[in-house]
Amino acid sequence: MSAAILNWSITIAQIMLGMAMLCTIFRLAGGPRAQDRVLGLDTLYLNAMLLLLTFGMRSGSTLYFEAALVISLLGFVATVALAKFLMRGEVIE
Amino acid sequence: MSEAADLPLWAALLVSALLLIGAGLTLIGSYGLLRLERFYDRIHAPTLGSSWGTGGILVASMLLFSVLQTRPVLHEILIALFVTVTTPVTLMLLARAALYRDRTEGNADVPPMLSKDVPPTQNP
Repeated sequence: MSAAILNWSITIAQIMLGMAMLCTIFRLAGGPRAQDRVLGLDTLYLNAMLLLLTFGMRSGSTLYFEAALVISLLGFVATVALAKFLMRGEVIE
Repeated sequence: MSEAADLPLWAALLVSALLLIGAGLTLIGSYGLLRLERFYDRIHAPTLGSSWGTGGILVASMLLFSVLQTRPVLHEILIALFVTVTTPVTLMLLARAALYRDRTEGNADVPPMLSKDVPPTQNP
């Protein structure tokens, strides 16, 4: 009973997160300006991290959590570098 | 989910509710990113996913693995701390960059620059 509830809710949450990633991919592909694309990429990183967490809840292994931590760290660095590039034209001055 | 058969019912209901709330708020935030009109409106929408979406899913994961007693819950606290610290930094940097770009292009719908934070004229 409880396993069935948990299984169905994880499936529905994964479908919702996949639809959210699809929305950010549309914004990333057709954003009017460059800052819209950077914002879409940042949200895509976050949604991918949450999707990996739900995969980890389904399988019960600890490997997905380390992957989610690495993805959130790389998303932070990528967005900061892209925002710095949009602001100044260079990343490291 | 082979080990979830001995999960008590209250834990399953609580984990499912937190998981659905978190995923639903993330979906609403990403849909707002797709639908809102201006960039300065759109930059508010994904914070719904990075505050309550991340919090709901991380608390659900912590509760599930703490009840099942398979491993300590240190990873989720690290992710929550990191996302909470870094999201305002990235979005403020991105909004400053967008405001700078709009001002240098002379768009009319951004507020004018205050006299006390006029940037220095020499740019490398």
